[in-house]
Amino acid sequence: MTQEHDKVDGARRSFIGAAAGLTAATVAPGVILHTVAAAPRAEAVTDKVRWGMLIDTAKCADGCTACVQACDRENGLDLQIKPEGASEQMWDRQRAVWIRKVQVQDNLTGRVTNLPMLCQHCEHPPCVDVCPTGASFKRADGIVMVDRHTCIGCRYCMMACPYKARSFIHQVVAEKLTATPRGKGCVESCNLCVHRRDHGEASTACADACAAAGHHAIVFGDLTDAGSAVSKAMAAAASRQIREDLDLNTGVRYSSI
Amino acid sequence: MKRIVYREWRLQPERYWGLLAILGAVAAIAGLAALYMEHHGHWVTGMTNQVVWGTPHVFAVFLIVAASGALNVASIGTVFGRTAYKPLGRLSGLLSIALLAGGLMVLVLDLGRPERLVVAATTYNFKSIFAWNIFLYTGFMVIVVAYLWTMAERKVNAYSKPVGYVAFVWRLLLTMGTGAIFGFLVARQAYDTAILPPMFIIMSFAYGLAIFILVLMFAYHQDKRPMGDVMLFKLKNLLGVFVAAILLLTLMYHLTKLYGTKNHGVEAFILMTGGIYTAMFWIGWILVGCLAPLGIVYHPVLGKDRTWIAAACGMVILGGLAAVYVIIIGGQAYPLEMFPGKTILASGFHDGVAGAAAWYSPSIPEVLLGIGGVAVALIITAVGVRVLQFLPESLSDQVVDPHVAAKG
Amino acid sequence: MANAVVRGLLAVTGLVWALGAQPVAADETFVTPGSNAAGLTSCVEPTDFMRRNHMEIIKHQRNTVVHQGIRDSKHTLAGCIDCHVAPGPDHKPVSVYAEGQFCHRCHAYAAVDVNCFGCHATVPTPATASKAASGEFGPDVAQVPDQGAAAGGNRP
Repeated sequence: MTQEHDKVDGARRSFIGAAAGLTAATVAPGVILHTVAAAPRAEAVTDKVRWGMLIDTAKCADGCTACVQACDRENGLDLQIKPEGASEQMWDRQRAVWIRKVQVQDNLTGRVTNLPMLCQHCEHPPCVDVCPTGASFKRADGIVMVDRHTCIGCRYCMMACPYKARSFIHQVVAEKLTATPRGKGCVESCNLCVHRRDHGEASTACADACAAAGHHAIVFGDLTDAGSAVSKAMAAAASRQIREDLDLNTGVRYSSI
Repeated sequence: MKRIVYREWRLQPERYWGLLAILGAVAAIAGLAALYMEHHGHWVTGMTNQVVWGTPHVFAVFLIVAASGALNVASIGTVFGRTAYKPLGRLSGLLSIALLAGGLMVLVLDLGRPERLVVAATTYNFKSIFAWNIFLYTGFMVIVVAYLWTMAERKVNAYSKPVGYVAFVWRLLLTMGTGAIFGFLVARQAYDTAILPPMFIIMSFAYGLAIFILVLMFAYHQDKRPMGDVMLFKLKNLLGVFVAAILLLTLMYHLTKLYGTKNHGVEAFILMTGGIYTAMFWIGWILVGCLAPLGIVYHPVLGKDRTWIAAACGMVILGGLAAVYVIIIGGQAYPLEMFPGKTILASGFHDGVAGAAAWYSPSIPEVLLGIGGVAVALIITAVGVRVLQFLPESLSDQVVDPHVAAKG
Repeated sequence: MANAVVRGLLAVTGLVWALGAQPVAADETFVTPGSNAAGLTSCVEPTDFMRRNHMEIIKHQRNTVVHQGIRDSKHTLAGCIDCHVAPGPDHKPVSVYAEGQFCHRCHAYAAVDVNCFGCHATVPTPATASKAASGEFGPDVAQVPDQGAAAGGNRP
């Protein structure tokens, strides 16, 4: 019996070699095409893709706000100007914020965790349920956002959001980017950099900034694709939803908390 | 029973127009306040990204809830067949329309984009209770106008009972819809409960009746029409029953929330540590709004004095405003419980660091807008009773209950 | 008799006024000199069609962008602005909704105030921060230009 095991199985080797070669030939064009396709989207989004994120709070650094600053810059939030006559404290409470850092401490163990909190892009968003005009909606690819042509500014979605992710624009907006319109009287929140999604870019500003800062706490990608970075990261470590008892099936998941 | 004669409100012209001028001025100032808020944006108000609904919503919800309750008197006459209440049906219907109009006006003027009301009226997401409420509120107005028609137009008097039934059911749905605005929200500890819709119904009974009694007493006193004790004491005692019911529902709400540990935070906030919200709850909602009026209504001496009865109605109204303030603003001020078992040490978006409540302080434009809604409701009522034959000539004891006259 | 004369005069005046408000002769152009559009013969659709129907095109296209994510249409608002924005004396783009600029000229005449620019940028800005860095929009538009409340983009 040991003699049979010592013999090299040539047929098996060549089969594996051929299979590997075939796989590479199949996958390679996709890899190359993916990096080249940075063009504006020509066809409607479908639910074949669901965008999501995994945030590893163990890698989230204390005091780092790279994701917040990147989001502010990418989405024109750093162009907001305090209205003349408003106090600093009121402005701090009224300015729009899409992503923020939160630091929590466990009451029993005293362990401190840092994490970014943003719109969780739920599969069953309460904000979409309560919007009277349907302005708050979930796009086919899972992005929860506000159609601000239809928003009447009632702020019911802000009452309904379990993560307090939405912001209301309290003032006339003077400076805005073409990619991220913003105006007085409507409600908005993180849209997973939808202008980047639609122009074929790979990731969100916050994920890129976290990687650039060396922490790699935020992994963004397609949750329906088992081969995507985010799916692999979720398979590798346990993760959970914040407020999972609400059963919203969020697109943003957290690990190490 | 004796045939009821209805007459227009015959206040002297100078006093009537003076009253309209004052109410009109208040409404005009509210309009200016709304224009100011819309032009500059909501940064001029006390509302923030943490407390998104403020004083205008407190007034609006109060007026809408009271509107539904104001129709109660007409329903008691039509649906429950209590003859003594039938003469009051017309004023009841008018007052309910007026209060609803005032409340809706405040709500619409506070929108971030009030010019998009047309969008709200034509684009609907029917999973939203707000969308249903648009139909419930406008439908209510149509139904009550029809109800008033069947009461006032002799030829269609026969339809007053079926239309009255529809109005009664519609009213309950409307109030439940208003309570469901908050009851359906899973996000906040103070909400997410099935008791809010019925609690709003019970509150509507009391607030609507309190406003109705005050309007009735004022109208009759100014026009020197007789109102006997029989009618007044019926209404007063009914108010007592409704206020007691509010206490019961409030007790049920808090006892249920107190039972589950997960709600201890919000209960401690409202009942003990919430500062202004705790004060509003105990002093406004419970003491002034419920216990004091109950004491007056069932007091052997005070309960028979008209001034004290009017004071009790006023207290119920103030207590109602305090209750709505605690529910709406207190419910938002308490931070979201995103991390049970953990304390938030720092946040970039006011998430309740160390359990701190969100800041809110009513601003002048908000308060002016809210009061303007009350003024608009009173203008509609004043014009209505002046122009239409909605007030019975007399509510003296002999008219209301002939048996009293017989007893002598 | 006098009544009839007055009424007749009013009717004629009204008619002349209404007819006069119709779009002017086909060869007059509202394109701002110095803009990209000034060098082109027609818009993405024939000029007559655009004058009457641009609002329908914009309304339809905004839904396809927001709900379906389709960005390569020739009808995008950003495309309109890219073409119709004109440089000011300092060679920086001037808001298309400022007085005397493209959108404003017709809209002021027709007395139709649009609130697109309460939210939308009135000059071209980079689509994403990374594209700004790549210089794809040209050297003048590498940063967000000063649109300013005075540029007329925000009628509250």
